[in-house]
Amino acid sequence: MTARRSRTRAVLVALTAAMIAAALVSIRYGALDFSWREMASATAALLSGRTGGTLDERIFAELRVPRALLCLFVGASLGVGGTLMQALFRNPIVEPGLVGTSSGAAFGAALFFVLGSALGFEASPWALPLAACAGGVLATGLVFALVQGGPGGRASVAALLLTGLAVNALFLSGIGFLTYIARDPQARSITFWNLGTLSAANWQMVEVVGAATVAGTLLAMRYAKPLNALLIGDDEATYLGVNVGRLKWIVLAVNVGMVAIATAFTGVIGFVGLIVPHILRMIGGADNRYLIPASALLGGTLLTLADLLARVALRPAELPIGIVTSVVGVPVFLSLLRRGRYAF
Amino acid sequence: MIEARGIVYAAGSHRILHGVSASFAPGRLHLILGPNGAGKSTLVKVLARLLRPGAGQVLYGGADIAGQSERALAERRAVLSQAVEIAFPLWVHEVVMMGRYPHFSGRPAARDLAVVAEVMDYCDVDGLAERSYPTLSGGEKQRVNFARVLAQIWEPRPEGGRYLFLDEPLTFLDIGHQIDLMRKLRNFGAAPDVTVIGVVHDLALAARFADQLVILHQGAVLAAGTPAAVMTPETVRAAFGVEPVSMATPDGRQHLVFE
Repeated sequence: MTARRSRTRAVLVALTAAMIAAALVSIRYGALDFSWREMASATAALLSGRTGGTLDERIFAELRVPRALLCLFVGASLGVGGTLMQALFRNPIVEPGLVGTSSGAAFGAALFFVLGSALGFEASPWALPLAACAGGVLATGLVFALVQGGPGGRASVAALLLTGLAVNALFLSGIGFLTYIARDPQARSITFWNLGTLSAANWQMVEVVGAATVAGTLLAMRYAKPLNALLIGDDEATYLGVNVGRLKWIVLAVNVGMVAIATAFTGVIGFVGLIVPHILRMIGGADNRYLIPASALLGGTLLTLADLLARVALRPAELPIGIVTSVVGVPVFLSLLRRGRYAF
Repeated sequence: MIEARGIVYAAGSHRILHGVSASFAPGRLHLILGPNGAGKSTLVKVLARLLRPGAGQVLYGGADIAGQSERALAERRAVLSQAVEIAFPLWVHEVVMMGRYPHFSGRPAARDLAVVAEVMDYCDVDGLAERSYPTLSGGEKQRVNFARVLAQIWEPRPEGGRYLFLDEPLTFLDIGHQIDLMRKLRNFGAAPDVTVIGVVHDLALAARFADQLVILHQGAVLAAGTPAAVMTPETVRAAFGVEPVSMATPDGRQHLVFE
């Protein structure tokens, strides 16, 4: 009992340290490398609110730091989203994207790229994130409306996954169609967006995504105990006093809010939400009071490292981060599946 | 005291329960028997309010449970389901602690930890505390879940009764653990504020351990009363299509076998 709790506590402390280290390393290296001393003086300049400064200081304050913070928040959102969805459906192979959120967001973005230029409303920098977020919410809502309306009225895992697959296919074909009718530069934008990138990171994005991530994670932690009860079954959770229908809607709304907002600014980033809860359960078990904060920390850490890899692998060119997470994530996921003791 | 008044339940167009009325007194072990498809599990789910009846009422201690909150109900009503599978590596101790979830918010209090220790000792699962639930055998899982539901209603309440439901609790247990579970149920259910209602398949075990039996047949009560009054050749033949033969054990008790 106490041994287990002190172990999960130690894991959380280690993850926090790893996250800070990943962020520092990620800020330091890139197309241009900083020394630790330069980082310290640039941080001092940033904190004192001094604007302008040298070109290096501006790269540090306006590109590297917001990008690292955006990585932490987006990764945390994807990690927590994965944990929530896996708990909600008692299934370790669910990731946020499987219920339509990502493909819907990608469709919303594609629609914006094609229609936005045709109709000429590209003025606001918030139009693209709004379109993507709306698409993500819409697609997830569609999946759940279809599942809830099905026989029995309950979201069985198989029904959910298959419905998610169908809706994903629908939105992907929609994206395909939009790419087909798009002019070349728009089609390229759609392709890049589908691979994910954090190169556009700025402080405004950090504020929006950060607020959504922190609020979503704190809200999710409030429901960690009923989510634990849900792991042993809908009926069992009801017998333990949990209002299961209400819990599912709340958790789903939290997940969609976090993931749709994160995806809206960065494009589709796969595998983080799938792998992070897996790794953490192998280290410290499935108790959501540990798993939710831990997946925020590990998700942020892994995405920050993936972004670092995306920036330095072919420097000065940059890889789309979705390619990095998939190339690294697929083998990790497959080896976890082979070693894991999960009962599917 | 639990009362069922004219319970009607249908799944879609298929009627499962046709106006079941029964009352279950506290301090006794009530077992529900019946052939496959008689509606036993459905009746237990309606009595525990997982399912809402199409007509009729369920009353705990004279009060209709239809409008009560899940949380209020969970503080005094526990249900052991047939097979509880968990896909994730939860520690056995945490699974038992879930029985205390309705009683605390945030972290468990010292009292909750003490109750969990007591029920794990009572159910002989304290040796499993540090194990991961998915690695347990079927019988071990069943005993852990029994400890969990006992933890939920372990302590007497200042007012009102405690209610325990069990849906085929003997399924994964060997004969030794089956008899052990029946003894524990009788022991726990002997408290004057506790009502225990279980569904079982083994007629001989039921006749031996139950205080009261209800035989359900085609969604209606065929017979209810003490085992001696209920287990007549006519009733058993009508419900199950087998012949009961009463045999005296060496210590003079009657034991039923079936042909």
